[in-house]
Amino acid sequence: MKTLSIQSRQTIQRLGFGALTLLALITITPIVAIVGYIIIKGAPAISWQFLTAFPREGMKAGGIWPAIIGTVYLTLGTAIFSVPLGLGAAIYLSEYAPNNRWTRLIRLAIVNLSGIPSVVYGLFGLGLFVLFLKLGISILAGSLTLSIMTLPVIISTAEEALRAVPQSFRVVSISLGGTKWQTIQRIVLPQALPGILTGIILGLERAAGETAPILFTAASFFLPRLPGSPLDATMALPYHLFVISTQVPGMPVRIQFGTALVLLVFVLSMNLVATVIRSRARAKRQW
Amino acid sequence: MNKITIEHLTLTYSDGVEAISDINLNIPANAISVLFGPAGAGKSSLLRTINRLNDLADVEEVRGRVLIDGQDILSQKTDVIALRRKVGMVFARPVVLPLTIRANLTYALELAGEKRIERLDEAVERSLTLAALWEEVKDRLEESAFSLSGGQQQRLCLARVLANEPEIILLDEPTSGLDPISTGKVEASLQELKKSYTIILVPHSVQQAARASDFAAFLLQGKLIETAWGKNMFTTPHDRRTEDYVEGRFG
Repeated sequence: MKTLSIQSRQTIQRLGFGALTLLALITITPIVAIVGYIIIKGAPAISWQFLTAFPREGMKAGGIWPAIIGTVYLTLGTAIFSVPLGLGAAIYLSEYAPNNRWTRLIRLAIVNLSGIPSVVYGLFGLGLFVLFLKLGISILAGSLTLSIMTLPVIISTAEEALRAVPQSFRVVSISLGGTKWQTIQRIVLPQALPGILTGIILGLERAAGETAPILFTAASFFLPRLPGSPLDATMALPYHLFVISTQVPGMPVRIQFGTALVLLVFVLSMNLVATVIRSRARAKRQW
Repeated sequence: MNKITIEHLTLTYSDGVEAISDINLNIPANAISVLFGPAGAGKSSLLRTINRLNDLADVEEVRGRVLIDGQDILSQKTDVIALRRKVGMVFARPVVLPLTIRANLTYALELAGEKRIERLDEAVERSLTLAALWEEVKDRLEESAFSLSGGQQQRLCLARVLANEPEIILLDEPTSGLDPISTGKVEASLQELKKSYTIILVPHSVQQAARASDFAAFLLQGKLIETAWGKNMFTTPHDRRTEDYVEGRFG
């Protein structure tokens, strides 16, 4: 084999680095392009009035306040149901479940649950919560539907965070006369908390941005006032965006992109919080 | 006086390995008993049976009896939590809990429901003093236990067991990861502690076994080969296999 000179080896190395940099740039191009495009097109629409007023003139003017509030309500409602349920399931799977057929069946169900298209959740929510349980098109029905969709994300990330806590901590705690539950409460959960919070936020972030599950269960085209109870329907950002982009002829593009920008900021700031929690915990962790 | 009496103990893991085969052994009170032998002798399995920590492992079957003060701790009726408070354990690798130094020491007492600050403070100082760590850490009790050196962490683990006021202390190669100076400190503590506790030590070397032994038991492949008082095992072993191991011909 011919030995390459130092120069040509360095050239090959430089070419390699160049190619990798290029690939990295290509990967981040879409996200930069999407965010940039939406900021440029949407920023002119953003004003205090846009954020705090009701829509006027058949959505073509005014603001998106009820849609913002509706998305906040739906996200909080989803958290109320999915966090305790998801955390409980994760603790069961990580700490208590024996490794048998039943547990494998539960895991299989969770994996499959996360693969179901979101519109199917919407249809299921319509059948179960809206019609059968007679909750009507409401924040409650929408939150329950979004909760089912969010659960697999919360369960799997929380379980992963719990499993990452070293087994030796559990053994030591039990050898000191701790019960299993004391060990979970005092050692395992606090150590897994940052990871669990990250999973919860990422799950809720998905819920906040989805349209299809609330389409038949919670969302309303236009409401003249804010929802007064969990049994009221609500406007919501993703659905509002869908409506003004497809259902209203002659809609000013500015408003569509303004709405998209608000939704994007809402979701990305949740993401930012999750990232901060995770990196802080990583810096502090000692095991 | 015998603190622990082991009768016909046989332990099988669920993968079919018989880790302990029909062991009969008396462990004296207020002494250091060393259980030694090569890897796979069943030393750790035996230790973990005495505080029922094997309950967490994939154990297929345990036969025989382990009597502590005459009570069979393998019985269904045993209060395992109370047993583990009475029988403390120090592991090979120091595992400090992700808490402060103080919280590591008060952990077990708080689990047991102790809330009185003066009792907890007293336990912290007493246990750290016994483990020869008080002078080094008395001004940094609120720091994370991870800020301690490896040797200090292991003495903290010993102190943590002592804070619980156990009657028996099990030590599974407690100095295997420590430097000679730290090892010396731990061994010195044990010599002090044996006056009030029953200590079972799985040493990390034959030399340590010989240094620490008041009573020694040699195990090989799950079987008890021989026992002897004092250092006799290391000067005049009876069994050929013990002799070979003590003199370094295998293991």
